[in-house]
This record gives sequence, C-alpha cells and structure tokens, in this order.
Amino acid sequence: MSASRRSVLRGLVVPLVLLGVWFFVTHAKLVNPLLLVRPDRVVTSAIKHYEEGAIVGPLLASLQRDLLGLFIGSFAGLVIGAAMGISRLTDRLLGPTFHAAKQVALFAWIPLLSVWCGTGELAKVVFISLAAFYPVVLNTHEGVSSVGREFIEVGRVFRFSRWQVLRKIILPAALPSIFAGLHLALIYAWLGTLGAEYLLAAAPGIGNLMVEGRESFQMDKVLLGVILAGVVGATLNTLATRVEQYALRWRVRGI
Amino acid sequence: MLQANTEQNLGAFEKAGPSKRPARSSRPRNGYLLAKGLGLLVPATLLLAWSVAAAKQWVPPQILPSPASVVDTLLEQVRSGDLFVNLGISLGRVVAGFAVGGAIGLLLGIAMGLSRTVEDYLHPMFKAVSQVPVLGWLPLAMMVLGIGESLKVAIIAHASLVPVALNALKGIRGVSRNYIEVAKVFQFSRRQLLGKVVLPAAVPSLFVGIRYGITQAWLSLVTVELLASSEGLGFMIVWGRQLFQLDLVLSAIIVVGAVGLLIDKSLELVESRLLRWRPRVSFEAQAAGALPSTTAGES
Repeated sequence: MSASRRSVLRGLVVPLVLLGVWFFVTHAKLVNPLLLVRPDRVVTSAIKHYEEGAIVGPLLASLQRDLLGLFIGSFAGLVIGAAMGISRLTDRLLGPTFHAAKQVALFAWIPLLSVWCGTGELAKVVFISLAAFYPVVLNTHEGVSSVGREFIEVGRVFRFSRWQVLRKIILPAALPSIFAGLHLALIYAWLGTLGAEYLLAAAPGIGNLMVEGRESFQMDKVLLGVILAGVVGATLNTLATRVEQYALRWRVRGI
Repeated sequence: MLQANTEQNLGAFEKAGPSKRPARSSRPRNGYLLAKGLGLLVPATLLLAWSVAAAKQWVPPQILPSPASVVDTLLEQVRSGDLFVNLGISLGRVVAGFAVGGAIGLLLGIAMGLSRTVEDYLHPMFKAVSQVPVLGWLPLAMMVLGIGESLKVAIIAHASLVPVALNALKGIRGVSRNYIEVAKVFQFSRRQLLGKVVLPAAVPSLFVGIRYGITQAWLSLVTVELLASSEGLGFMIVWGRQLFQLDLVLSAIIVVGAVGLLIDKSLELVESRLLRWRPRVSFEAQAAGALPSTTAGES
C-alpha cells in the first residue's frame, strides 16, 4: 500500500521538477519568451481559445475525420485480412502486393494522394483509412490463419455450415488478434490525422491549430495543440482497452 | 506449463495433416511456382491496366504518367547521381537520429528494467510523453529547433527512442526467475548476472525494439522531409509534386519502399544470426508466460 503510494509520488518528481525549471527559467527571463512561453500563459491561452470556440470545433473536426477514416480503413482491412486468412488462394493473390505496398513509408503516399484526390477532406479521409488499413489486415490475417485445426475439426464433427464455422469458431478464436489490429489502427489513424492536417490543405483540426500556432509564432497555441493531441490519443487508447477487455471477457485466461 | 504444452500442440497440429500452411521444404516445386505466379497476377494486372490507361491517355499524364516514364525517370535519377545524393542524405539522417534515440532509449529501458526505483521515477513521465504521437511534437520542434538538420535528428531520435526503451524494459523484466536463481546458486556476481544471464535473455526483446525503432525512424524521416527539407528522398517527392512530375514522385516512392524493405530484411537476417544460439521453443514458451522448456523438466 505504502509502496505503491511511494511509487506514485516518485512518478510525480520528474514532471514537477521540469515544471519548476520551466517556471523559473521563464520568470527569470533566461530564454527568449518567444521560444519558451510561461506555463501559466499556456493555461490562459487554453481558456481564451476555449471561450472563442477555437478548441471544441477543431477537436470535433479532427475526431470526425479520424473516426471516419478509422471505420473505412478497418472495415476494408477486416474483409481483406479475413479473406486472406481463410482462403489460401486470396492470400497468394493479394499477399505479395499487400506486403510490397506496406513497405512504403505511409506518409510518402500523401503527395500522390493529393494529386489523385485533391487536398480536401476526401484526401485526408483516404489517407487516414490507409493508415488504419495495414495493421488491421496484418493482424486479422494472422488471427484467422492461426485458428487451431482441431477447433475447425470439432465444427466439422458437428456438421457446421461454412457460415457457422466462420461465425462460431474462426471469429471468436481470431478476436484477440483482430482487436490488437484495431487498437494499432486507432493509434495509426490518429497519427495519420495529424499528418494529413499538416501536409494537406488547411481545414479546421488539431493539426491545423498547431500549424497556425507555429506560423504565427504563438508557442502557447502550439503547446495547447500538443496537449490536445496527447489527451485525445490517451483517451482513445483507454477506450479501446476497455472495449477490448469487455469484448474478450468470456475468454478463460491461461486455459 | 499447460500453456506451453497447448502452444506446442497447436504447432504440431499445424504441421501435421493437410495443414493450411505446409512447411516450405515439403512444398512441391510446382506448387511453389504456382504460388509465386499467383502473387504476380495482381501486380501484373495493375501494371497492364496502368500501361493501357496511360497509352490511351484516359487520364492526363500529369495525373498518371506511364510506367515507362516512371522507369525512365528512375534510371535518369540513377545515372545523374541525384538519387544517390538524396538517398545518402536521408540515410545519414536516419543513422544519426537512430544512433541518438536508440542509445538513449536502450540506456533508459535497461535502467528502468534493472531498477524499480528508476522505473518509478521515469516511467510515468515517459508514458505521458509517448501519449502524444511523434508527429504531434513536430510543430513545436520546428519552432524551437528551426527546420535544419537538428530538427530531423531530434524527430527521428524521438521516434526510435520510445519503442527501443519500452522493449528493453519488457525484455529485462521478462527474464525468467529460474535463470536468476540458477545464477544465484552459482554465486554469480552482479556483473556476471547482468552480462551472462539478464542481457542475453533480454536480447530477443531488445532486438524487437530496435527493429521497430528503425522502422519508426524511417517513417518519421520521410514525414519530416516532406514537411521541412530541401534535400533527401522526401524532398524529391514534394518537389516532383510541386512540378506536377508524378513520374518523379512515383520513382521516389518506389525507392522509399525498396529501402524500407531492404532495412527490414537485413534486420531480420541480423536478428536470426544473433539469436542462432537460442532454442526457439523456449523463447515462445517464455513469451507465452510459461516456464521455459529448458527448466520445464525439473518441475
């Protein structure tokens, strides 16, 4: 009990020391205030932006983009990953192309997408979908193709139809791996959202907030963006973990 | 124990009978060629459709250049040496960034792995920082560091630091207590315990972190170069895009993919070389949270 409290207190030491140094350095004017704003300025700027509606709007715009892309990308990823896992023919047809395309660093597609899909909302959502697509395909494929043969054989004994085998045996057995893929997709989609907002045409969003802040040299605005990006990332992460635990609660741990 | 057995049984099931994925060696030669051929079918169809579309001018060449012009541009870039200059610059940045980030990450991860106190102090801060996507720091870093070389090195270092540190921590924490107890029986000194037991046992996990770190480094490099650079592969892509020379964009994308593949494959090779001495089964059993097979017999 006291040991765990001690470890919590220890965890607070480094952030508090950094915050202290930050206060000291900015109040004593040791650095250029343009390069490092005062911590309290970040808070007042956050309140000001909130009152002007410059936080909620961009936040919702980014989230909407993120979730739409995540949904499209994961759905496509689930279908293709499952098809590759179930059918050897599909795997052989699509596998090599998929693995070759996967090698290209994700953001390198953005300039190409901007020619094909414009620089507006469409290109952003397509890019975020792509970011979510890869991990879902990989993990779904992995999960579906590693379902134990004995499970499927039991299904045969019970004369399950193909659909029943899929629905009652393969899907539950592959679920942990599928969730792992979706979780990764969530992280990549958020990364992709920020990247798409930096690299494609300006539209309301958290990434755009930071770009604006940088261009007008308002570090408080940039820091606000960094904090928002972190909070959104952490919230989505926690939510995903909860959903995962809930959906997999029927699993008996350790067999 | 039970888990280890089932794992092995599953493995056995996969190998026996009409398995979905037969071992490569037992696969008949014809089937292997057929599989390769099927894999080429999709790219070949795409390439054909692309050639036809470009030849018939269904889409303007500014939007879809012909495959031949992409190959020409690529060869031209190779001949003029531009490609190697840009590639060299990009690789130099990755190496510098990864050297910094990997070294710090390894140190932090090992320190946190070995000492609970260090972990208590650093891990929460570490977790908080890593909640922000690497790209989230980019505008801030651009303000503080400008858009010069230091920005690229810093972003790449940050991108590779997190996975290296987390996997090092996991690897050291995952070292089986049995190994440490055996070392205690042999009255190993702390130094011996570290050098002969803990570190070798943590190597697979350390390597996972390094591989993942380098992949992340490459990904962030391309992004940073797209946003703020006047040299490198990412810049080639941006430049081609601005001139509406999609042949240049596509050839640079091909190079980015090829280098990514090369990095991945060579790390895979190094990994399997480095881990040759290790019986594979014990690693998997350990990863599943069960007793390693080497000590399983005792119980």
